[in-house]
Amino acid sequence: MKYLDEYRDGVAAEKLAAAIRQAVTRPWTLMEVCGGQTHTIVKYGVDEVLPEGLELVHGPGCPVCVTSLEMIDRAHAVASRPGVIFCSFGDMLRVPGSKGDLLQLKSQGADVRIVYSPLDAVTLAAANPQKKVVFFAIGFETTAPPNAMAVWMAKKRKLKNFSVLVSHVLVPPAMTAILSSPGNRVQGFLGPGHVCTVMGYEEYFPLAEQFHVPIVITGFEPVDMLQGILMTVMQLEAGKAEVENQYSRAVKREGNLASRKLIEEVFEVCDRKWRGVGSIPQSGYRLRAEYAEHDAELIFEVEDIQTQESGECISGDVLRGLKKPHDCPAFGTRCTPQTPLGATMVSSEGACAAYYAYGRHLASRAGRKEQLVQVGGGK
Amino acid sequence: MCLGIPGKVVKTFQEHDVLMGKVDFSGVVKQVCLEHVPQVKIGQYVLVHVGFALSQIDEAEAQRVFDFLKGMNQLDELEAQESEPVDLPSPNVRAVAARDGPA
Repeated sequence: MKYLDEYRDGVAAEKLAAAIRQAVTRPWTLMEVCGGQTHTIVKYGVDEVLPEGLELVHGPGCPVCVTSLEMIDRAHAVASRPGVIFCSFGDMLRVPGSKGDLLQLKSQGADVRIVYSPLDAVTLAAANPQKKVVFFAIGFETTAPPNAMAVWMAKKRKLKNFSVLVSHVLVPPAMTAILSSPGNRVQGFLGPGHVCTVMGYEEYFPLAEQFHVPIVITGFEPVDMLQGILMTVMQLEAGKAEVENQYSRAVKREGNLASRKLIEEVFEVCDRKWRGVGSIPQSGYRLRAEYAEHDAELIFEVEDIQTQESGECISGDVLRGLKKPHDCPAFGTRCTPQTPLGATMVSSEGACAAYYAYGRHLASRAGRKEQLVQVGGGK
Repeated sequence: MCLGIPGKVVKTFQEHDVLMGKVDFSGVVKQVCLEHVPQVKIGQYVLVHVGFALSQIDEAEAQRVFDFLKGMNQLDELEAQESEPVDLPSPNVRAVAARDGPA
C-alpha cells in the first residue's frame, strides 16, 4: 500500500536506528503523545533498537483510556433509556464503567451499536425517525472534525432525533499538565501527527519555549517514529527546544483550516476531567449553545453519578508517563483484555493492551529482553 | 482512535450538499467525507480517519525522509573514501524555531 509500506522498510529503519545510536551521548526520556504511536513502538519493537538510556514513555493520547468514569456511566444511563439507539466506536464497548460495560448493557437488551463513522450514526437517525439516536462523541482534535460534521449535518437536515454525548479532549493542555507535574521525567515529545493534520502545530511553539522542550510532530509508521526520535535526540544533544515537523506529508503548519472553522462553529473549549489524570482546565470541547437540541447531556438530563474506580489499576500513572504497564502487579494476570481493570487494557491504543498484545506480559521485569528474544519479540 | 489511513480517491460526488467520495484502501473501497479536502482529484491520496478525510497526502513531502536517507548513504560513501568522521546532515524536515512564532 502506497504511503504505508515504504515507511515500514526494515533497511530504512535500521539506518535511522544506527543514526540515533550515533547521536546519543547521554540518557534521555522521550514521550510519544499518541496511543497509535505507542502501538507502533510495541508492535515493531522500535524501543528495542534504541541505545541504552534512551527511554520512551507512553503518553495520554488514547481517548478511550482518558474518557472519565463519570462520562462512561452517563453513557450507560443514556443507552439504557427506552427508544434509544446508542452508537459508539467499537473500542468503547468494553471499557469498564462503575457497573459493567456497554457490551453487557447490550446483552441485557439495550440497543447499542458500533459505527465506523459518526456520519453513519446520522444516516441511522434519518432511517429511524421514531428512535432517538445518540452518538458517543469521544476523541482528540483528530476526531473533532468528523464529530462536528455529524452534528452540523444533523442540524442542517433537521434530524432532531440525533444527538451526541460529547467527551472531547485536547492535547496541548495535557502536555502542559504533564510538564508541570512535580514527577515529570519527559525531556522531549514525539508530537501527535494526526491531531496536527487538523490543528497544525503553531499552538506547540509556546509549550516548547515555556518548558524548553523539543516537540517533533511525528507520524505513525516505524520509519516515521525513528526519524522523529532522531530529530528529537539531535535537538536535545544540541541543547535546542524547537517545534519541528517530521510528518510533513500530512501535516501543514496551519493544519486544515476548513476543519478548524467547523470545530469553532460547533464546539467551544471547556474544562474536562481525564480518567486517571484528573480535571485539566480548558482541556476539552463541548457543544455550543446553538447546537443544544443535539446535546445528549441536556436532552436526557442524567443526574450526577457517584463513581468507583478500581483501587488496583495504575493507568493514571501509565498515562502520565510515570510508570510502564509491567510495573503493575495485576498486568497480564488479574488484568487482561478479557477482564480489564482499567481502560488502558481495553483500547487497542492503550499502553497496557499494546504490551499485552505483543507478548510483553510474558517477560519478567528483570529479564524482559532475554525472554522477548525467546518468544520472537512480538508478532 | 486517532488512526489515519492513506487511501486513493476513486470517485467524488455530492450528498446532502456535502462533498463525498469513494476511497480505495488496497482494494477495500469505503465511502468517505471529502468536504474538507475540496481540492483533491481522482487518483490522489487522502488521509482518512473514521470515514472523514483530514488532509491530502503531499507527494513531494512524502519523499523527504527518503531524501534524508539517501543523503546519509552518500555520507557513508564519503566516509568510506576519506576514512574521516563526517557530521550527519540535519534530519530536520521543516525546522521552525519556537522563537520565530506564527508565520
